[in-house]
Amino acid sequence: MTAPLLAIEDLAVSFRTEEGEVTPVRGVSLQISENETVAVVGESGSGKSVTSFATMGLLPRPAGRVSQGRILFRRRSGDTIDLATAPRATMQALRGAEIAMIFQEPMTSLNPVLTVGEQIAEAVRLHLGYDRRKAWAHAVEMLGLVEIPDAARRASDYPHHMSGGMRQRVMIALALSCRPALLIADEPTTALDVTIQAQVLTLLDRLRRELGMGVLFITHNLGVVAEIADRVTVMYAGEVVESAPVRDLFNAPRHPYTRALLECMPSRAIQDASGRRVVRSIPGQVSRVERGCAFAPRCADATPACSVEAPMLESDAGRQTRCLRWRELA
Amino acid sequence: MLAHIGRRLAGLLLVLFLVAALVFFLTRLAPGDPAALMLGDQATPEDVARLREAYGLDKPLLLQFVLWLKECATGNLGQSIFLQQPVTQALLQRAEPTFFLAMFSLAIAAAIGIPAGIASAVWRGRPIDQAVSGLAMLAANIPSFWLGLIFIQLFAVRFGWFPVAGYGAPDASFFERLQHLFLPSAVLGVVNSALITRFTRASMLDVLDADFVRTARAKGISELRVVLRHAFGNALVPIITVLGLTLALLIGGAIVTETVFGLPGVGNLVVSAVLRRDYPVIQGALLAVAAIYALINLAIDVIYTLVDPRVRQ
Repeated sequence: MTAPLLAIEDLAVSFRTEEGEVTPVRGVSLQISENETVAVVGESGSGKSVTSFATMGLLPRPAGRVSQGRILFRRRSGDTIDLATAPRATMQALRGAEIAMIFQEPMTSLNPVLTVGEQIAEAVRLHLGYDRRKAWAHAVEMLGLVEIPDAARRASDYPHHMSGGMRQRVMIALALSCRPALLIADEPTTALDVTIQAQVLTLLDRLRRELGMGVLFITHNLGVVAEIADRVTVMYAGEVVESAPVRDLFNAPRHPYTRALLECMPSRAIQDASGRRVVRSIPGQVSRVERGCAFAPRCADATPACSVEAPMLESDAGRQTRCLRWRELA
Repeated sequence: MLAHIGRRLAGLLLVLFLVAALVFFLTRLAPGDPAALMLGDQATPEDVARLREAYGLDKPLLLQFVLWLKECATGNLGQSIFLQQPVTQALLQRAEPTFFLAMFSLAIAAAIGIPAGIASAVWRGRPIDQAVSGLAMLAANIPSFWLGLIFIQLFAVRFGWFPVAGYGAPDASFFERLQHLFLPSAVLGVVNSALITRFTRASMLDVLDADFVRTARAKGISELRVVLRHAFGNALVPIITVLGLTLALLIGGAIVTETVFGLPGVGNLVVSAVLRRDYPVIQGALLAVAAIYALINLAIDVIYTLVDPRVRQ
């Protein structure tokens, strides 16, 4: 078996704040191969976006830094480098060329004073070395690829001429314009209407297959995960709590948090005679526990032991679970 | 777009009318009589009355106003009471030093303020930001006459690099004019750079956190290009606004600096006209400045549409 395209190993990210150093992401590990979609699921503040920004080398400077672990990426040349320690110039050359990213907010993620064609062509000229005309032609081609009708004309439009769904297609065209090996999609459909959501997901999946990309798909929507992911990593309070192939995770969740998330899904709730359950919420931030399991304060199955001993991420049958009691609960 | 400009020009006429009325009546509210001032203490009341009649100052105020407006409508701003020449001619003579002074000052202010503001925003909270903010605060609070005197003392008197004052002989070359304009422009440039720095910094800070700047970084383009093309390109509208306002202020209000440097500009003309109650000159000059002010505002609006496609609709 060849090395995975991306292997995040025991990653921790720290931020300097006025109240001292905080570590919103701890001990995160995940792997992505070519042509594979790995979804990272978690609620706001669970550290999923921070993980993706660390991978892109776009943590806010100088406050944020990778304080532990490695982010191994296999380059097109075959070399494997650690993105956490790569020099700035290397990261700059990689971004947009081999690793690309699309964001949650299509309405604000495009530069309002440049035409969409210019914005795509800029990346193409930089990374592929095309001249102005060839880069423009490539931009038009990319817009066609993401199914924007009349692409040659729309390339000269400004973002404000387009709807949210259209703009997200443009973002996808921009991200894929230099044929990256890895695409990071940070909640790419969250801001869109449900019908547009489905179109964009189908499009992304098609392009993933055509280009053979690895996709790191960040979302809080399990419905989207079921549709698009091969593997799922569930994050809670900055840690991976469960990681499994998508089918296994949906059929037999092992971590109480995953189970609670699945029970929150509307479609399941309808099937369940018992009705919907909500994950017991705690006002304010996700709690940072000093000792024991981070989820224990909200966990329906917690025992006194859970607040004392921190569970390790245990591997079993291609799955990983961070829970002291998963065997007895299964 | 053209219809828009047309509407704005029509609005401009209204503004000018209001300015004319305001200027006309306010100048006459001030105590003092040009005829008496002109003839001096020894003049008999008869002489004063004759002179007042000659300039139409004896007519009812409202009639004077209407007569003046009628003249203005034909482009004739009247006859100066003291200068023995038409107001338009006096203004045009003085316009050149004021115009170039304003332009050079603005160029220097922008050349200092925009890069300083950008650097300050990019390195927010770092020593360079603190230094720039401190210097901007200092520049904003330096009286221009004081800085002018210091510059004269230092660069004109001690080093002899520039002339002390004036605008050179009437037939002086453009290069000589430039030498005369350099020190006053530097003074106004430094003083006005403060506001431009602060606006640029604030506008850039807004934009640097924007999602599309993050997108630009994710594309892998250089940080310099991210800042200059993507961020600065979007920070331009407030910066253009403050540049336009600064230019308008410079054209109308460089009086102190013109006086310190003995520049025969519009400011100088207005000051002497006020001291002598030369009503037609005061009125004409203020009206002209108001018109230029309004035209600059209109020009700013047109420039907006060039830098921001969203305004074009």
